[in-house]
Amino acid sequence: MKKSDSYEEFIKGIWRDNPVFVQVLGMCPMLAVTNSAINAVAMGMATFFVLVGSSFLVSSFRNWIPKQVRISCFIIIIATFVTVADYTLLALVPKVHKELGAFIPLIVANCMILGRQEAFSSRYPVRLAVMDAIGMAGGFLLALFSLGAIREILGDGALFGIKLFGENFEPWVIMILPPGGFLTLGVILLFFNWFKFKKDEFLAEVAEAERGGG
Amino acid sequence: MNTGANAAAPSSLRLILTLAIAGLISGIAIIGIYESTLPTITANKARELREAVFKVLPGVSQMQQFVWRGDQLIAAEDLQKDEEAVYGGYDENGEFVGYAIPGAGPGFQDTIGLLFGFTPEQQLVLGMEVLESRETPGLGDKIYKDADFVGSFSKLSIDPEIVAVKKGTTSQPNEIDAITGATISSKAVVRIINKTHSDWIQRLPPPGSEPPLRQDAGDGS
Repeated sequence: MKKSDSYEEFIKGIWRDNPVFVQVLGMCPMLAVTNSAINAVAMGMATFFVLVGSSFLVSSFRNWIPKQVRISCFIIIIATFVTVADYTLLALVPKVHKELGAFIPLIVANCMILGRQEAFSSRYPVRLAVMDAIGMAGGFLLALFSLGAIREILGDGALFGIKLFGENFEPWVIMILPPGGFLTLGVILLFFNWFKFKKDEFLAEVAEAERGGG
Repeated sequence: MNTGANAAAPSSLRLILTLAIAGLISGIAIIGIYESTLPTITANKARELREAVFKVLPGVSQMQQFVWRGDQLIAAEDLQKDEEAVYGGYDENGEFVGYAIPGAGPGFQDTIGLLFGFTPEQQLVLGMEVLESRETPGLGDKIYKDADFVGSFSKLSIDPEIVAVKKGTTSQPNEIDAITGATISSKAVVRIINKTHSDWIQRLPPPGSEPPLRQDAGDGS
């Protein structure tokens, strides 16, 4: 039973409650840094590290943090992890850090992260909080990667900088410009909503058939 | 969050202490990561600069930083705030080749920072490398991704100043092809080089009397 609980917390972030495609949170980095797959993955990894680290700490100290100052404490914890991520990226991969620019410090302001602390980590035990954070951050990483990959393939004819098509491919430049981010995100959201609609319809049909059969 | 609605509100002292401790731990963590990554970050920056200098000055294998200080150009390793520097490039025999001069100015979207190699003797630009830019991906970023454009700054005359002209219409040694679709970015690069050149040309010693490479300067590492 316990095992299925943490699995449930993990999988809901990846798919059912995906922070980007379903909750539509964290749109700022989502649109800004997904002009190539590598940037999207770097941003996703940084966010992953910050979210999982913060959730672990917030959940561990949830009984010591007075609720009057909880938001300030969450922000201190998140900001510390963001600074660590910022310097680590600057030291290890300066090129990627240069591309991501101001968006690394802005992870502090990603509403998805503070939202998870307030809604989940501060109320649940460490194991569940970490599973929830891994799920949510994984879902965010997945969403960033799919957007980054689609935009890079269409807009640059490449994936992770490796050219996929021949010389004759004319890059669809608008896809790596800001409008391309909105277009791609719009199409993906459309797909997710269509899928949900179809699923509900299917479930309703099944329920109808069961009632008829019974 | 065990302090439910019916529990007594914690004292102000406890609130202050909680935040103070959180701030203290956070501060220690940040100082720790700053101190531990600083050497790598500084080394990365120095290596990037050295690579860029060697790229814009072909044949150069040693460099020396010159700082414009107190109205004269002196060899110095340190760089104070508000001071400007150029890098002298020397070949393996210690012979002076040219200067690598950093410049910056407005581009299409944000500041473009670049470095160009310059030989005062022939008044030629030897190479150009964009160090930072946020130009439009796919269009403006060709100022550093388009090999033809970057290559056109090799042995380019800068006396009189460089002019960017429509692609395929270059006729003078001081003209280069602007990039189709990125005219503003191309012209910005040319303007930055011209301006930086005219700012520095008065400060550089006359051709032939360049300061020799200091023995302890090494390869700048």
